[in-house]
Amino acid sequence: MEHSTTYVDNAGHDNHGGTKEIWRTFWILLVLTLVELALGFWMIGMPDGSLRLAIKGSIIILMMAKAFYIVSYFMHLGSELKNLIMTIIVPLIFLVWGIVAFLYEGNSYKTNRLQYDKYQKESSQLKAEPKAEEKTEEKKPGALEQ
Amino acid sequence: METTAISANTKWWNGGKSPFNVEYGKLMMWYFLMSDTFTFGAFLIAYGTVRFSSTGWPDPNEVFRSYPGASEGAHAPLVFVSIMTFILIVSSVTMVLAVHAGHERKKKEVAKYLIWTIIGGLAFLGCQAWEWNHLHHEGAWWGSNPFLNSDGTASTTNFTNFFFTITGFHGFHVFSGVIINIVMLIMTLVGTFDKKGHYLMIEKAGLYWHFVDLVWVFVFTCFYLL
Repeated sequence: MEHSTTYVDNAGHDNHGGTKEIWRTFWILLVLTLVELALGFWMIGMPDGSLRLAIKGSIIILMMAKAFYIVSYFMHLGSELKNLIMTIIVPLIFLVWGIVAFLYEGNSYKTNRLQYDKYQKESSQLKAEPKAEEKTEEKKPGALEQ
Repeated sequence: METTAISANTKWWNGGKSPFNVEYGKLMMWYFLMSDTFTFGAFLIAYGTVRFSSTGWPDPNEVFRSYPGASEGAHAPLVFVSIMTFILIVSSVTMVLAVHAGHERKKKEVAKYLIWTIIGGLAFLGCQAWEWNHLHHEGAWWGSNPFLNSDGTASTTNFTNFFFTITGFHGFHVFSGVIINIVMLIMTLVGTFDKKGHYLMIEKAGLYWHFVDLVWVFVFTCFYLL
C-alpha cells in the first residue's frame, strides 16, 4: 500500500489580509517594543519594591504578547489546523513547570543560605573595593556633594 | 478560510491524509523549532535560577550603556540594544514579505526581500560583534566580570558567563539563518523554485528566521530590561 502524502493545498490561507496584515503586525510589534523600552527607562534607578516588580511583570506580559504576534502572524501558526497548533503549544507546558520549579528553587537556595550561613550573609553585604581608575565616578553613599 | 477543501467536519484522523495538513518539511521545521525552544528555554531558566539564587546582580543599565562612537563615560542605557531589536523586527518583516511574494511566485520580489533580510541579519550580527568587542575591552568575558552588583557588592562571573553563552548561542542562530537565507537567495536566482513550481522552501527558511527573532524577544527582555 502506498503511503499517501497528499495534503490539501491551502497555501492561500496564509494570504488573507496580505501585506496589509504583515505591516499591521509590524506596527503592533514596534509599539509593544517601544512601550517595553519606556517601562525599561522608567525603571532605571528605581528602588526595589512592589512598583518595580509590577513594571517587570508588565514587561513580561508585553514580551508574551510580542511572542504571540510573531508566532501567530509572521509564522502563520494561527491559521494552521488546530491539530498542528496543539502539537506545538501543548509540550511548552513543560517550560511553565520549569520556570516555576527552578526559579522557586533558586530563591529558596538564596533564602536558606542567608539564614543558615552567617559568613555568606555577612560577605554578601560587603561593598567591593573600588578598582583604582574605573570606578571613580561612582558616588558612594555619604560622599560629599560636589 | 477562503479554501473550500477544508470544512469544519473534515475527519482529520481517519487516515489517508496528514492530520496537520502541512507538508512534511514544514511540520519537521516546526518540531525542530520546538526542540530549539526547549534548548533556549533551558538556558534562560538556568539563567533565571542562578539570578534568583544570587544575593546581587549587576545593573544592565550600567553594563550596556554604550554605543558605537560613544565617548568613554557615555551613559545611554537601552539605546544600542533598541536599535538591534528594531533591526531584527524589520528583517522579520522583510522575510515575511519574501514568503508572501513566494506564494504569488514573484521571483524578483522574493529575491529583493531576501536580500533585505540578509542585510538585516548581517547588520544585527555586526551590532552584536561590536557589543561583544566593547564588553571584552572593558574586561568582560567568560570567567571574568568587571561589573559590580547594583548594590555595590562584589559580583561573581555568573553574569558574564550567562550573557556571552546565551547571546552567543542566539548570534550563532542568526548566523545560520543568514547562511540559510543566502542559500535561498541563490536557489531563487537560479530558478530552482520555478522548476519545482512552488516556493515552499522559502516558507521553511522563513519559519527559522522568525524563530530567531522570537528568541531575541526573550533574550532582550531577560538580559537588558529585567
